[in-house]
Amino acid sequence: MDFLKKLFGSGSETSGQKAKDRLRIVLIHDRTDISPQLLDNLRKEIVHVLVKYMDIDEKKIEIDLDRDEKAVALVANIPVLRIKRSGVETK
Amino acid sequence: MSARVIVTTSGKGGVGKTTSTANIAAALAKFGKKVVAIDADVGLRNLDVIMGLENRVVYNFIDVIEKTCKMSAALVKDKRVPGLFLLPAAQTRTKDAVNPEQMVALCEELKPDFDFILLDCPAGIEGGFKNAAAGADEALVVTTPEIPSVRDADRIIGMLESMGKSPIRLIINRLRPNMVQDGDMLAKEDILDVLSIELIGVVPEDESVIRATNNGEPMTMTLDSPAAHAYLNIAERLLGNDVPLMDLESYAGRGFFSKIKKFFKGKKR
Ligand SMILES: Nc1ncnc2c1ncn2[C@@H]1O[C@H](COP(=O)(O)OP(=O)(O)O)[C@@H](O)[C@H]1O
Ligand SMILES: [Mg+2]
Repeated sequence: MDFLKKLFGSGSETSGQKAKDRLRIVLIHDRTDISPQLLDNLRKEIVHVLVKYMDIDEKKIEIDLDRDEKAVALVANIPVLRIKRSGVETK
Repeated sequence: MSARVIVTTSGKGGVGKTTSTANIAAALAKFGKKVVAIDADVGLRNLDVIMGLENRVVYNFIDVIEKTCKMSAALVKDKRVPGLFLLPAAQTRTKDAVNPEQMVALCEELKPDFDFILLDCPAGIEGGFKNAAAGADEALVVTTPEIPSVRDADRIIGMLESMGKSPIRLIINRLRPNMVQDGDMLAKEDILDVLSIELIGVVPEDESVIRATNNGEPMTMTLDSPAAHAYLNIAERLLGNDVPLMDLESYAGRGFFSKIKKFFKGKKR
């Protein structure tokens, strides 16, 4: 039995199971589909919040959705120049 | 009276919106409610044929909006079931002939006279969908157990949520229990897992749907098939009654039809 399973590998998966797996991945991607416009708005708002706390190198910011087979992550790379020590901290 | 306004949608075409609208409307009327089914599929009207009322259509809802006729002249009364009405779509117009505000006004005009207004929505996510959905408070989303259909349902659910429709409930149509048992079809659990909305009913694949369409008689009027039973249950759940999901695996068993007939006779309200 194990031998057969190994031989046929995922081929022994039912079509219903395959449909379920494919559906899940399709939906992950559909639901996280983002327009350049929306991504740009997001970037602006993130920067707006961040500058209250730190000086950042705005030109070098990278914000994007990172997709692989199973999941999607929002990945941001934001060079920090200096943390602001006053203002918000005491609030 | 102030009607509950419910839109039947799907995103993908051909999954059973019109069939569902007709059967749920007839079932609600059988339960003693006053119901109007509006064919919001302008230019591709079908609800009249599925309800078997095509020969009685004189005016349509665009005539009402454009004040060519009164509402009462456009409403087609179903003579087989008391309290059941159809408001037909225009066949020779396009979806641009109406806008969402006019659909809202149309529903508002009907609300005082009915318990339920069911809107049969066209496929797609464009103007026709937006018009139909505009007047509705609640939504039924129809999907078949296939990837493209569930995917489009997900898209529509997102749009309905952002439009503030609530509750949004799911009908799974054309399920084949034997294929699910063999692992060759998405099971209802698989679909609910990904869509995470409330299920209001599962309708099996059933030849009676085709016979009913041929005859121009919604199944819930005669109630002699599994799909009819499923739609009847959906109507009950809309009325707030707690009806358990049918055991689709065993419906083929003998005695089923007589059982549901008895069940139906005992339940008039
Ligand atoms: N439960 C079912 N069993 C068998 N055939 C069905 C079922 N539901 C719908 N159909 C068929 O599918 C087709 C499309 O149905 P329809 O209600 O017109 O879909 P839509 O309004 O979403 O385009 C029709 O031919 C109908 O007879
Ligand atoms: Mg239709």
